[in-house]
Amino acid sequence: MNLETIVKELGLEVRCASENLKNNVTGGYTGDLLSDVIANSHEGYIWITRQVHQNIVAVASLKEHAGVILINSCEPTQETLEKARQEKIPIMVSSMPAFELTGKIYNLLGIKD
Amino acid sequence: MVAWKKLKITVSETENTLYRDSFEIEGGNFNKAGIVSTSIKSLLKQMGLAAEVVRKCAIVCYESEINVVSYARKGVVNLTVNAETVLIEVVDEGPGIPNIDLAMQQGYSTADQKIREMGFGAGMGLHNINSYSDAFNISSEVGKGARLLMTINISNTNKK
Repeated sequence: MNLETIVKELGLEVRCASENLKNNVTGGYTGDLLSDVIANSHEGYIWITRQVHQNIVAVASLKEHAGVILINSCEPTQETLEKARQEKIPIMVSSMPAFELTGKIYNLLGIKD
Repeated sequence: MVAWKKLKITVSETENTLYRDSFEIEGGNFNKAGIVSTSIKSLLKQMGLAAEVVRKCAIVCYESEINVVSYARKGVVNLTVNAETVLIEVVDEGPGIPNIDLAMQQGYSTADQKIREMGFGAGMGLHNINSYSDAFNISSEVGKGARLLMTINISNTNKK
């Protein structure tokens, strides 16, 4: 499933790198501890987090995540957006809390395109 | 129990050295944190190393870089690529680590509130470095700094 489908299904707001919404999503990880995300997430994952600072872009880029979704309508900082544009990492915003959003994406990923 | 490996490794240039470079890290500047790791990752990718090797190097590099940014005044990453291994040496000038056994324990951290709020300082960094390295050596002198040396095997002989 690609990011675009998830964005449409869950009404996510895309803040940058919308040209990369065709990125294939192979799984997901939810977490705010960057070392935890570094250790346990994988390439192609969608990362769900409450962190909004620019270091999330370095983590997503290093791990080659498909994209990052910020929960509870949290907005990325300006620096985060600039870096994410450079690194071509889509940053999206959801009004949902982490539990709900994770559950919905988990269910979506279980469905074939 | 000491779960990490203490190996005596010296980094020296040999005829097998394919690539060698150094990268400086600025302590305290979270705006630049990750830049060195990202550069090293791109470099290793361009060299055509296996994705798994690049991934391991990127993780240990990033965690070390974050440690330098979080605790030290400055640091340097010395990258050496040989035919069989990637050696990543990170040397910093800073407070050092008084108790390495304690620092290696998952969950132990001396990070302040500011660092924790950003999602760092969970006491997982050194643990991650150890898990993703094929060999890991750490030494420190209190008041001077710390030195980490990570070896990632390019061949699959010692795959974790």
